[in-house]
Amino acid sequence: MPFNEYLVMLAGNPNVGKSTIFNNLTGLKQHTGNWAGKTVAVAQGSYVFNDIKYIITDVPGSYSLTARSAEEETARDFICFGGARAVLVVSDATCLERNLNLTLQIMEITPNVILVVNLMDEAEKKSIRLDLENLSDLLGIPVVASKASADVGTGDIMEAVEKICVEGNHRKTFTVRYPESLEHAVTRVETRLYELHKGELPWNRRWAALKLLVCETRISSRIINYLSERFDTADLTATAEACRRNLPKNTLEDGVVVSLVKAAEEICVSVVSSRKSDVITQERRIDRILTGKWTGAPIMLILLAFVLWLTISGANYPSRLLGDLLLELETPLNAVFVWLPERVRVLLIDGGYRVMAWVVSVMLPPMAIFFPLFTLLEDLGYLPRVAFNLDHYFKKCAACGKQALTVCMGFGCNAAAVTGCRIIDSPRERLIAIITNSFVPCNGRFPTIIAIIAMFFTSSSLTGSILGVILMTGLIMFSITLSFAASRLLSSTILKGYPSSFTLELPPFRKPRIGQVIVRSILDRTLYVLGRAVVVAIPAGIIISVLANITISGQSLLSVCSNALDPFARLIGLDGVILLSFILGSPANEIVVPIMTMAYLAESRIMEVESIFHLRDLFVSHGWTWVTALCVMVFSLMHWPCSTTCLTISKETGGNKWMLAAFIIPTVFGTLSCFLIASTVRLFSLI
Amino acid sequence: MREISLTKIPIGERAIVRELLTIGSTRRRLQDIGLIVGTEVECLYKSPPGDPTAYLIRGAVIALRIEDAEQIMVESCEAHAV
Repeated sequence: MPFNEYLVMLAGNPNVGKSTIFNNLTGLKQHTGNWAGKTVAVAQGSYVFNDIKYIITDVPGSYSLTARSAEEETARDFICFGGARAVLVVSDATCLERNLNLTLQIMEITPNVILVVNLMDEAEKKSIRLDLENLSDLLGIPVVASKASADVGTGDIMEAVEKICVEGNHRKTFTVRYPESLEHAVTRVETRLYELHKGELPWNRRWAALKLLVCETRISSRIINYLSERFDTADLTATAEACRRNLPKNTLEDGVVVSLVKAAEEICVSVVSSRKSDVITQERRIDRILTGKWTGAPIMLILLAFVLWLTISGANYPSRLLGDLLLELETPLNAVFVWLPERVRVLLIDGGYRVMAWVVSVMLPPMAIFFPLFTLLEDLGYLPRVAFNLDHYFKKCAACGKQALTVCMGFGCNAAAVTGCRIIDSPRERLIAIITNSFVPCNGRFPTIIAIIAMFFTSSSLTGSILGVILMTGLIMFSITLSFAASRLLSSTILKGYPSSFTLELPPFRKPRIGQVIVRSILDRTLYVLGRAVVVAIPAGIIISVLANITISGQSLLSVCSNALDPFARLIGLDGVILLSFILGSPANEIVVPIMTMAYLAESRIMEVESIFHLRDLFVSHGWTWVTALCVMVFSLMHWPCSTTCLTISKETGGNKWMLAAFIIPTVFGTLSCFLIASTVRLFSLI
Repeated sequence: MREISLTKIPIGERAIVRELLTIGSTRRRLQDIGLIVGTEVECLYKSPPGDPTAYLIRGAVIALRIEDAEQIMVESCEAHAV
């Protein structure tokens, strides 16, 4: 049986539901969110339809192919040179005109385009009516209506893709007409190209001619590279050069874009009809409150505090329950592994298993609460409003307002947020966002901080939990303030420059599908992060056990190390064991407290099982005070990024130079802050 | 009709783009979101510190910083009516 395979690109403006369509088609579970730039890396998946395999590449969203930012460049290169049989363009039914701009640009490259008009349900709600048959006739390509969030239209998309892939598009497709002088030049270059090379090209000849004429450095040179493998291109480039020189000033720069926008506008006049809609009025009203002068900031703070309160107070009880449960399993585990030599068993169970149990019981409940809440806000479309509210302050630091989005991503995972910084166009501002990202506590450090607050600063009473929330909110505000300070510092020293222009889209609010959000965020994020933590925690636990059991002249290796660090650590309000735990915890921040616990237990040789979950007593018996707790939290907020983040930074910035900066800056900030706290307390003898 | 910069358009009022004073990539970026001569823009609301401002451009809500909006010369629609 013949088994064909086709490569299909999935393109579209940002935030039009591309990822949802990708998921519907391929059955994969890429996370989607209601803000532009969610998909920063290229994702690939596949499906089989009528015995043919389709490989779908989901490229980052972009408004145009004349891309300026790193992610838009990725998108363009994939569409132009990815070798796709067809391009599936996803567009937003509520905003078709602007989406057509990209569609028309892609249709210039290849006729094998399928247009998916997504969010038809949103358009209905906003009283926007679309004549898709007419649109299909005008464009000369198949047009499919879709409500991706309800998985409506997926079958139609598959059928349309099959038809185009197998048969190709033989209809006459819409061609954007340019100003006369430009048309004339394009025709000349196109004719010359045909004379020199009559064979098939991976793109329309007209498009290649236009790009050679416009001479966008990167893309033109790639076209030339392709052509020069087939014939001598010197004559062609000379023709293009001559034509370009003959064009009136500004025709090239403006002519192309303006013609595209106008063409989209004309098409929409006969396709789209809309009536005044209450939904839109309502949306504007909500937006005015969320971004209001007196309401914007308080709402942000209240939402943050509310999410934290739910997390802290909600996680408390399940954490304890889970901890007890996992600990009770230790006895049967010991019984099962009774055949192992005593030393190995201690290593595996007292080391590996216990650390893992701690990580699971402390991390799982807050993550299972925090992630779904965060995802809800994300799906709703609140994050771009945060960026809108805070942009002014980012501008003051000569940074980009979109940094607010990457800061929010940092709450999930700093490494992911570093990759997410690709949404920032200016390379300088992108570096600032990357370097300062680890100031935001990721989910690895979040539970640590919550656990310490729960141990030292709250009680089970209502006032106690409110105090905890205030402290946590304060700490987050503190870290965000310092990340502003660091951004400011960077843009006035090693990354000097002026804030560049930016446009930020505030997408319409979308009702999140709550059930799906909970399932998705628990399955995809929580378990993924937890799995990684466990994988790191078990070997770390074993290493600590080994360190604690190898003795040099009567002292364990662990205490030798921690003693060496102790004097410096005391200076910044910590102790040797804590600092050592932060160092050993570099692979994943979530294991810092477990390592600390192990180290204390090994030192004092208290091996009673119960004490591990009465951490407070253990810590206090090792000299912890509220100052130690505070310094640990501050240091946890600001120290070197975890090794995954460091690796991501050097990959994203193409070298170790900026990784080093990202390593040093938070470390210096954290050390100084802790030193100040400890010194102040000492000075005023507060303890 | 007098051309003024987009920043002079009060909240709730509409205007038509007459000229883009920016060059290079900023100009291209504005054009890509549909801001060309003749486009109608409505000023929707400002962020709490007063900058940036959200505009309705071809059906999408887009925030622009004051530095960029200053480079967009428009003609107020309200003045037209008078």
